[in-house]
Amino acid sequence: MNHNPQLNRDGELHHLLTLEGLPRANVLHILDTAESFVGIAERDVKKVPLLRGKSIFNLFFENSTRTRTTFEIAAKRLSADVINLNIGASSTSKGESVLDTIDNLAAMQADMFVVRHAQSGAAHMIAAHLNATSRSHIHVINAGDGRHQHPTQGLLDLFTIRHYKKDLTRLRVAIVGDVLHSRVARSLIAGLTTLGVPEVRVVAPKTLIPTAASAMGVHVHNDMRQGVKDCDVVVMLRLQNERMRGALLPSAGEFFKHYGLTEEKLALAQPDAIVMHPGPMNRGVEIDSSVADGKHSVILPQVTFGIAVRMAVMSILGGT
Amino acid sequence: MKIEIRNGRIVDPKNGVDARQSLYIAAGRIVAIDGAPDGWHPNRVIDASGLVVIPGIVDLSVRLREPGFEYKATLQSEMRAAVAGGVTSLACPPDTDPVLDEPGLVETLRNRARALNSAHVYPLGALTQGLRGEQVAEMGELTEAGCIGFSQADAPMHDTMVLYRTMQYAATFGYTVWLRPQDAFLAKDGVAHDGEVATRLGLPAIPSCAESIALATITRLMEETGARVHLCRLSTREAVGIVRAAKKARLPLTCDVSAHHLHLCEVDIGYFDTNCRLVPPLRGTRDRDALRGGVADGTIDAICSDHAPVDDDAKQLPFAEAEPGASAVELLLPLALKLAHEDKQSLAQTVERLTSSPARIMAIEAGDLGAGRVADVCIFDPSAFWRVERSALKSQGKNTAFIGLEVPGKVRYTLVAGQVVFEA
Repeated sequence: MNHNPQLNRDGELHHLLTLEGLPRANVLHILDTAESFVGIAERDVKKVPLLRGKSIFNLFFENSTRTRTTFEIAAKRLSADVINLNIGASSTSKGESVLDTIDNLAAMQADMFVVRHAQSGAAHMIAAHLNATSRSHIHVINAGDGRHQHPTQGLLDLFTIRHYKKDLTRLRVAIVGDVLHSRVARSLIAGLTTLGVPEVRVVAPKTLIPTAASAMGVHVHNDMRQGVKDCDVVVMLRLQNERMRGALLPSAGEFFKHYGLTEEKLALAQPDAIVMHPGPMNRGVEIDSSVADGKHSVILPQVTFGIAVRMAVMSILGGT
Repeated sequence: MKIEIRNGRIVDPKNGVDARQSLYIAAGRIVAIDGAPDGWHPNRVIDASGLVVIPGIVDLSVRLREPGFEYKATLQSEMRAAVAGGVTSLACPPDTDPVLDEPGLVETLRNRARALNSAHVYPLGALTQGLRGEQVAEMGELTEAGCIGFSQADAPMHDTMVLYRTMQYAATFGYTVWLRPQDAFLAKDGVAHDGEVATRLGLPAIPSCAESIALATITRLMEETGARVHLCRLSTREAVGIVRAAKKARLPLTCDVSAHHLHLCEVDIGYFDTNCRLVPPLRGTRDRDALRGGVADGTIDAICSDHAPVDDDAKQLPFAEAEPGASAVELLLPLALKLAHEDKQSLAQTVERLTSSPARIMAIEAGDLGAGRVADVCIFDPSAFWRVERSALKSQGKNTAFIGLEVPGKVRYTLVAGQVVFEA
């Protein structure tokens, strides 16, 4: 049980569960493959037959319209059959365990599971379970597990950064906001350090920075202005409303005042800095509308690239 | 029944014995060591050549899961596991269903345990009714029914006034209060140590100060009330330091550590191994080193198994949803021997942490091999190594992070009150 079930014996990607520890060669292979898929969306016929006849199950134990839709589009462009299951809270209320659900769907000849779950480690658990049974041919893609990882988001962020900034080994990247609860941040930090980005910063109040953040290879900043100063890339994280209910933050307004990305704060970054956001955005909470829609923003291209990156991951897994 | 245990290396730390001698047992008690009594004709001779003979192990925390959780384990399965691990006396926490807060329940449990003719079972009563942390339990009645102390198990104690009053009440009658120091608010929703691993894996965390702050409260309330306290399952370096200072200040305080926390740390969680989902959480390597230091210098009085059998279904869940606990009663002796070997501690001192010291904490007649004592004995082969496998465990719970590990020390015979209850 206690093993990394992500790669097969030949070092090929068998599941995509986390970017932490994913070798640089695998990351680059995914990004390079994604390049070739970007063009497909611009054709009249937006389909390639790479996964024809394959069944891909989108298993969303936690609801998400956006991520599920991009996975669905990616799978359909690869000609796979897509089955969407919004399990949400319903299966647990019926008393069925996650692994029972998995066994049932596996019996329906699934080829790939795209899994989102509210608990860290859920995708690892499913992959380990499949590996340990006769269903080890089924691939698992982690579409977000609790606070842990959201590897395809991390990859599409890397793809976007590489698209706009050619040399990653000279970059300063700031990740701003609720790092503590963010699977997006954990994935991106792992991906950036793997690709040799020399300075990754996390910027947030102390309440939203995990205790051992520096052990992930990042520089911690509590002051937004210092944090974004001279950065080439500013990644804003989504701040969920529930964070305002406890003692983490007093209010959305106060958060915006200190950590919201405004034109004035962005001016401290490099003149050609890009601004990213994994979506969905809270305008006026973590990002000012003028920045979200401004010339530095690459938030919509991120979404477009996200489909190409997910196609790349699915086609690589489907090809092994 | 007269039994002679011949030619073993007898290690009895309380009586300062560590020598190749023979042990003579009659009518359930030890009648002599070394020299046979006059007219000695044993019914059975156990050849203990090459084996070590120690007092039966006294384990400060074994969950038997009865009543209420028979699907996880039964009295029968866990008592069999206990004696297979050389454990002859055990304290069981009150977090059963229903909670051990009524004398009738305690009597029933003791009677059922007695009928199995196995290890001695000493229940801990609930400190508060239903372990809800609100109303003090009937400590007097529960003591008469056989409880040896009062514990909140792992249930939170939010209200410091309730803690204060229960300690005052216990002090009135001289009962020992068993507490696992953990601030309920600081530990709320946490499932792992607030360190590198929880940071990387995105697991809700419990900071070390959850333990030290609760411990500071407890030691201060001890001064206030005069209550005698046994601290359960220390996990942090800070806590070891606080206990060391408190003992120096002569507070009537004892403490234990689980065998897991002496061998494992947060890193062992690896990729969400739910067998490492424990309470308290596995902490950092420096914490583990400090706990080992505490065992070595006597700050920590006893090592226990903190045995908690859990069914597979409750472990095959995402880490935070998995039920905490590990099956360990059969691994207590091997893990303690492994520790002694790694830290170059004497066998006598290690045995003391498993026998006479926990017996003193429980205030029971056990833990040594003096003449006249009840003949609870563990005989093991120190040079036999064995691999921990699911099939090798007698406990119904197969939930242990040590699967696959080679461990030293194989129990060959366990005697309870002069009867051989296990042999292999």
